[in-house]
Amino acid sequence: MTTSDPVLTVRDLTVEYHGARPVTAVRGVSLELGRGEIVGLAGESGCGKSTFAYGINQLLRPPAQITGGSVVFHDRDGTDIDVLALQGKALRAYRWDKASIVFQGSMNSLNPVLRISAQLRDVLTTHRPELSRAAAEERCTELLELVGVDPGRRHSYPHELSGGMRQRVMIAMALALRPQLIIMDEPTTALDVLVQRDIIAEIQRLQRELHFAVLFITHDLPLLLEISDRIAVMKEGLVVELDTVDRIYSAPRDPYTKALLGSFPTLTGERVTDTDADTDIDIDTATGEHASAADATADAGTDAAADADGRTVEGAAR
Amino acid sequence: MTAELAVERLNKVFTLRDGRRRTQLHAVRDVSFELTKGRTVALVGQSGSGKSTVARMIARLEEPTSGEIRLDGELAGRRGRSLARYRHDVQMVFQDPFASLNPFHSVAHHLARPLQLHHRLTGDQVQARVAELLERVNLPADFAERKPHELSGGQRQRVAIARALAPGPRVLIADEPVSMLDVSIRLGILKLLARLQREEHLAVLYITHDLATARHFSEEIMVMCQGEIVERGPSDDVILRPQADFTKKLAAAAPNPARNPRLAGLRPA
Repeated sequence: MTTSDPVLTVRDLTVEYHGARPVTAVRGVSLELGRGEIVGLAGESGCGKSTFAYGINQLLRPPAQITGGSVVFHDRDGTDIDVLALQGKALRAYRWDKASIVFQGSMNSLNPVLRISAQLRDVLTTHRPELSRAAAEERCTELLELVGVDPGRRHSYPHELSGGMRQRVMIAMALALRPQLIIMDEPTTALDVLVQRDIIAEIQRLQRELHFAVLFITHDLPLLLEISDRIAVMKEGLVVELDTVDRIYSAPRDPYTKALLGSFPTLTGERVTDTDADTDIDIDTATGEHASAADATADAGTDAAADADGRTVEGAAR
Repeated sequence: MTAELAVERLNKVFTLRDGRRRTQLHAVRDVSFELTKGRTVALVGQSGSGKSTVARMIARLEEPTSGEIRLDGELAGRRGRSLARYRHDVQMVFQDPFASLNPFHSVAHHLARPLQLHHRLTGDQVQARVAELLERVNLPADFAERKPHELSGGQRQRVAIARALAPGPRVLIADEPVSMLDVSIRLGILKLLARLQREEHLAVLYITHDLATARHFSEEIMVMCQGEIVERGPSDDVILRPQADFTKKLAAAAPNPARNPRLAGLRPA
């Protein structure tokens, strides 16, 4: 599927983790993000979705290595940037300025010994050295207001803020340089439902106002269905289905997508009947836990793709 | 139907210390409910609402500031033998299966300990019962020799459930049993709990912040907000026709595909 005005084009991206048992965590993934579009990337733990996100920003470190494919950023002014060829200064200038990331577990991505004002200012002084101290300070205030944090809290340390507020600060930081693309890796997974609702509403509002593209990564499919324009479903390093949200929702084609869609009960829908319980249980074991079992070994530098076998597909396809 | 476990006007006040200043936090306020055989009651609320504190008090991990916990009409044991007797009947499954199993011990060890302690089983009897427990939670028998790190999150949670079943309890407290697991495997674990509840006639307290699963897996829902139960009733009534403002807010916060304008008028596949 092609987009008329893309901001990022990924072609056949392949990422390997080297080790005693090398693993191809991302296997030739192609994805195009339109300007101002929200694309959801869904998949279970260990399917390679975070590896993909890190890969397109050149954030992977050994034993991970990009072994194939291309990532091209189409700048607002019409120039194309070959992201994988960037090095040193050029790479630093690209990151955060063009594309930024809200990391998974943002609760811990702020520096605990620096006030949040210092951390926000750091982004600005690094990338916009021409900015005066007063102007940087003003921009910090503006950013915090933008994400709904009382600017009076800018001199707080991260531990003095709640989880939701820390997440908002992270989003403010990602917005600081007005990037054209923000990658959000499980930005609300660790948060309470009510706080998640606020943050999601905030992201949607900001996205409408500022028109950046979002790659939103999560295993929470209902959430993706709510916010995305398009959804890519990833499994064992491959995108098994990529389509508009309405088609994913009403007419999914891949059996794995169908299995994922069937894996959560809806709030107001029909009740999951008791009789399902026994028949479905082994299938659920096969579908879900297999991938997660692979995830358990992922700590050792391997990844889920390694454990690719037919069982999962059979279970899902039923 | 008689209540297995009854909780009456349970209160818990924590004293917080910040330097020399002390403040009191009323975490649970006058909470009363009953758990009956073969029924699941859900306790829902947001982080910090006091729902886990209720669980920990029932599991006797936290002493209530005031109020009573009765099992078959008898006050729950506090220590020694009476506490052991109470735990024989009331067991708990914790939220984090990565923290609730001892990394040094095999699955068999985790399941054998309660059998030895509560039933004084030995040797072959223990082995046979361990195999039986694994089968109950749909795990292969050869998992007995595995260590927790060799298992996935869902498999670990199954072991934690098997361990809770080992003493042969009548009441099971499940504190956010699936919130640490991948979305796609949550349903499997919840269906397992539902089946066990039915087959073993367990009285279950299911604690969660997820209204959808609360509705699908329990007969009754209690909504907790800042230490108090603000609404309770049959699951469908509470979810489909919520009365309390807080319940409405909670229901509105759940991710909902219907909010996406691109999905207007469409039905899920």
